[in-house]
Amino acid sequence: MILNPNLTNPLKANDFNSDVFPTWCPGCGDFAIWAAVKNALVKKGLHPHEVSLVFGIGCSGNFASFIKGNVFHSLHGRALPAAAGARLANHEMTVLAIGGDGDGFAEGLNHTIQTIRSNINLTYIVHDNHVYSLTTGQTSPTSVKGFKSKTTPEGAFEYPINPVALALSAGGSFIARGFAGDIPHLTDLILKGINHNGFSFIDVMQPCPTFNPHLSYDWYRERVYKLEDKGYVPDNRYKAFEISQESFSEKIATGIIYEEQRETLEGHYPQLKGSPLARQKVSVRSIDGNLAEFK
Amino acid sequence: MENKTKKIGETSSLRQGYGGHENITIKIGGEAGFGIKVAGAQLGKVFLRMGYEMFDYTEYPSLIRGGHNTFEITIGESVSHHRRPVNLLIALNQQTFDEHLPELSADAGIVYDSERTKPTTDKYDLFEVPLSKLAKESGGSDLMKNTVALGAALAVLDAEIEGYIAVIKEIFAGKPPAIIMADINSAKAGYDYVKKNLKKKFPYAVESLPKKDSIYLTGNEAIALGAIAGGVQAYFAYPMTPSTSVLVYLAKHGPDHGMLVRQPEDEISVLNSAIGASWMGARTMVGTSGGGFSLMSEALGLSGITETPVVILEAMRPGPATGLPTWSDQGDLRFIQNAAQGEFPRMIIAPGDVEDCFYRTPEALNFAEKFQMPVFIVSDKNLAEGGKTVPIFDTSKIKIDRGKILSEQEVAKLEKFLRYRLTEDGVSPRAFPGTPGAVHAANSDEHDEYGYAVETAENRIQQADKRMRKLDSALKEIPEPILYGPKDADLTLVSWGSTKGPILEAMKDLQDQSVNFLHFVYVWPFPTPNAEKQLKQAKKLMVIENNSTGQFEGMIRQYVGRAPESHFRKYDGRPFWPHEIVEKVKTEK
Repeated sequence: MILNPNLTNPLKANDFNSDVFPTWCPGCGDFAIWAAVKNALVKKGLHPHEVSLVFGIGCSGNFASFIKGNVFHSLHGRALPAAAGARLANHEMTVLAIGGDGDGFAEGLNHTIQTIRSNINLTYIVHDNHVYSLTTGQTSPTSVKGFKSKTTPEGAFEYPINPVALALSAGGSFIARGFAGDIPHLTDLILKGINHNGFSFIDVMQPCPTFNPHLSYDWYRERVYKLEDKGYVPDNRYKAFEISQESFSEKIATGIIYEEQRETLEGHYPQLKGSPLARQKVSVRSIDGNLAEFK
Repeated sequence: MENKTKKIGETSSLRQGYGGHENITIKIGGEAGFGIKVAGAQLGKVFLRMGYEMFDYTEYPSLIRGGHNTFEITIGESVSHHRRPVNLLIALNQQTFDEHLPELSADAGIVYDSERTKPTTDKYDLFEVPLSKLAKESGGSDLMKNTVALGAALAVLDAEIEGYIAVIKEIFAGKPPAIIMADINSAKAGYDYVKKNLKKKFPYAVESLPKKDSIYLTGNEAIALGAIAGGVQAYFAYPMTPSTSVLVYLAKHGPDHGMLVRQPEDEISVLNSAIGASWMGARTMVGTSGGGFSLMSEALGLSGITETPVVILEAMRPGPATGLPTWSDQGDLRFIQNAAQGEFPRMIIAPGDVEDCFYRTPEALNFAEKFQMPVFIVSDKNLAEGGKTVPIFDTSKIKIDRGKILSEQEVAKLEKFLRYRLTEDGVSPRAFPGTPGAVHAANSDEHDEYGYAVETAENRIQQADKRMRKLDSALKEIPEPILYGPKDADLTLVSWGSTKGPILEAMKDLQDQSVNFLHFVYVWPFPTPNAEKQLKQAKKLMVIENNSTGQFEGMIRQYVGRAPESHFRKYDGRPFWPHEIVEKVKTEK
């Protein structure tokens, strides 16, 4: 293998920095997720060319220009289908899908549910700041009821989506919640997500000091707790569902909420048992065996 | 049969139907659920093996049971398209008998169920056969009356029954022997009943011709075979008539060839998944109809700006919205040409017939990868679901060209890999993810040569121009349209896609007229140099298309700068019948 001579050996998180410094607001939770993703890739021992990152659109999507790797900056809400296609084409590639709450729970909600149930081996990280920030402050599907924004001056009416409960009901095989205020813990969750053989769903509580200042780091710190500290074992769907029903305004569980081993989508296709499609030579195929029924 | 019987296949004999050619059209009709299409396909196979060419046409409503279904097939020595009038009607119910009389030739025959159908005319040769009763006596159910009817029809046509029995044995191989036996007995019962009881004169007879090395299949089956032969590694689609049978065929047969075939949650996911797979390095294709393509429009632009190759099959049906789901139309051309916000290059290939469906599919795949752009294969229900005889496909005519793809070694020699490098022909060499030294960002935002989102005016112009240069490069490589008939003519018929069949069939009847026909398979980019010359120099143009607004005619006005003198448009969900074109040309001239 030819290693990039510019990379330090062993790799450091900075080796995953691109030539562009992030344009996020000071104090944005995205910086912490950016750091945790880079840390997790270093811990996994991957080089930039060995990981593919597929992004949606939003502040989270702008991440695409701030990281070195095989980057695909897709459309709003469409990171998951693009990432699934990429993974099916190369089932030996580590693939991360990264988006926001508007991306994954509004525009792309159907893809989120369908991709979770497919159990394709992807790690999906949601920057969940409960607000639309790149468009400067509108309501999101995870905005708390009564949330005042530019498009909901009287307060958001709808009941917020519960991403963890949603993922559980869709048959998720790895469901976790992280907090952007705890980078080492989030790094560990992302690494475990990458190591999980199946679809890993990581909903990250991320403060947006500019457009959702109420949900600040301090607000979260008063409520966040770690499941592992309570001796919680994430192997029971009913207990996981109980955790998912805890009142967001009172306490917020972080860590792996549910995990099970299940057959992956790519594992189920006999065509994908051998070398990845993307590495196979494309040549003219014989159709002799197919013609008999038309004679 | 008497001497005056016309033997189809004897060059000395002529049919009385339209045009004086040696062909015959047979129509079977009945309720949805009667197995009309299956019966029709069996009949087609019988005639294929007797050495005939044919083209079939089905009409069915968008429901599973209870509606009225028909199958028509034109057979002859040389057949480009299905023709009317109908010469032999096989009526499995009263509705078929009543509804289709206006479609019959003056000398037509009707086979019908004598116990359940009351003839409402005596103008035609009536072959009354107790279809249901004979099916039950042969050990079958009422459903086998179509088998009885086909047996009867073969007797009316003075053909042999053995060919049909062989087809039954093949098609039902694996079914319980009692069922196969009942089917064979039903066919024989219908045949014998006519031979014994109905010694009438029918003016058409079908006898065996020298056998040709032909196959009989639909446009969709040919596209699926083209995708297999052309090396498609991943096919994504969501079911939508009339494109579904490609997905169904590939789901069954693709895996044997190592092809991944997947039905995602919607067409949005279909095209985004395909783009992800193609970016990663797989040769990728999707299929849909207009409604599904509407959902794909967003991702079409993603393919355009990220320069990710993909082939999109769009089998058209009449819209807007749900429209006429099971009928035919060419109403999506300008939509396909312009879909998605912004400006980016794309290519449109509209196969004219079943052979085109096969050979143009690998070409579309090559062009998509060569120019790193979306390439459309545009067909319609008439072509997608119409079965036709064609010479056996020859895969030695197919080449694979994946365009500029850099290997690990080639990347290592570069000072820096730039995914969107500015080049003269607009094509920037790709390297697949996983190639050391080739990390990049494929970006839906406007981007610089590496792929970073950049919003400067200078960069925008450079990248926009680079992308559009690919269209100029493509224009140099796509084949010219084909001219049929004399080089010079008073009237030049112009069409694109599946209208080729009915026009070629009509041309047979227009040999005494000064008419030629310019047919476009490569519709966009447009026009190629020769096409422009021919369209400008023709004495008089008549543009024939299955839409109401003259979409291709508009392209001629816009890009060639000539206003065609005449047009013939049809948008009732039905394809053109050759005789309609003949009449139109004769009135216009």
